[in-house]
Amino acid sequence: MLPIEILSTIFLAGGAFFMIAGTAGLYKFPDFYTRLHATGKCDTMGQVLIIFGCMIYEGWSYITIKLLLVSAFYLLAGPAGTHALMKAGYVTGIKPWKKGDQRN
Amino acid sequence: MSRESRTFRFVLTFCIMFIFWLLLSWWTIYLIEPFDLTMLLSKGVLASLIVTCLTYEMFVPSRSEKVLLKLRRFLGYIIWELYQIVLATIDVAYRVVGTLPVDPRIIEFDTTLRSDFALVTFANSITLTPGTITINVEPERGRYMVHAIAKEPADSLEVDQTMQKYVGYVFLEE
Amino acid sequence: MIIPFLVTGILIGCTILACSYRAMIGPGTFNRIVAANVIGTKAIVLLVVVGFIFERPQFLDIAIMYAAISFIGTIIIAKYAERGELCSP
Repeated sequence: MLPIEILSTIFLAGGAFFMIAGTAGLYKFPDFYTRLHATGKCDTMGQVLIIFGCMIYEGWSYITIKLLLVSAFYLLAGPAGTHALMKAGYVTGIKPWKKGDQRN
Repeated sequence: MSRESRTFRFVLTFCIMFIFWLLLSWWTIYLIEPFDLTMLLSKGVLASLIVTCLTYEMFVPSRSEKVLLKLRRFLGYIIWELYQIVLATIDVAYRVVGTLPVDPRIIEFDTTLRSDFALVTFANSITLTPGTITINVEPERGRYMVHAIAKEPADSLEVDQTMQKYVGYVFLEE
Repeated sequence: MIIPFLVTGILIGCTILACSYRAMIGPGTFNRIVAANVIGTKAIVLLVVVGFIFERPQFLDIAIMYAAISFIGTIIIAKYAERGELCSP
């Protein structure tokens, strides 16, 4: 394998690891707000890493620019969506989980 | 709103939309024989003109001072922010595994930020940095309500305030 | 050099299945919305990786459009759940 391919494989593996970590957080964390913590951050990071690995593998072409557009759009839109869900849950009146409560 | 300002906004929006169209679809130009550049570009001009007529009032809201200085500082801020995202993800991964505690709480604090772009940048930065997510923003007082996953991330926003100072430095609103 | 993309795609598909289980069991509406949001994100990345596996760059256009539609869908569902209506008169 070429060095570029090894580097891109490392980035792909890192992205897949963070995606799996986000999904595990979706199962392990106790309530709605903390689940949003897990998914909002781990998915953003995993998406950036996987798309960066694809960019390294591709080299310089128009595909690189499109990949950059996808990644930049998600970096802007992901936190906004997370914040909208968080505010909707808070206004609707979901109780935040405190330490020692029953998990749901 | 003066006439020059409207023209300036229209032209700026049109240029950005046309460059975006070129980025998305200039590769189709080379696939089609015979090579007819005028016909292909006229489609792009028409499409970006329609979008510009619909959205130029929202796309560039108003003129602001010292745009180049802010842009230069903002690029440095983006690099720092990417580093913070790496830290945030590793932090959440540790909490998923179980080596760090989960002790959620809701905090509120005031900032000195007032302009829309600074408020949005700071809210997105809070969401992307370790252990905190913005719940609500009151733009008149610059008041933020934040859900933190443990005590240390809440302290880093309430006590240290490095990020507020950095955003204020970027947008000249200290 | 197709094996790493293939393995990454399969792993993302497995995480999508796990998230859909959370969408089935999750107590209340909001846990289901979170799971759907996460599935949208992972589907964007899966589209990019599938485009690289089949060597078809057209998948990237689909990924861009899917990102836009997923974001707008999340915002609309959140606003509707928050206020019970989409626009105030």
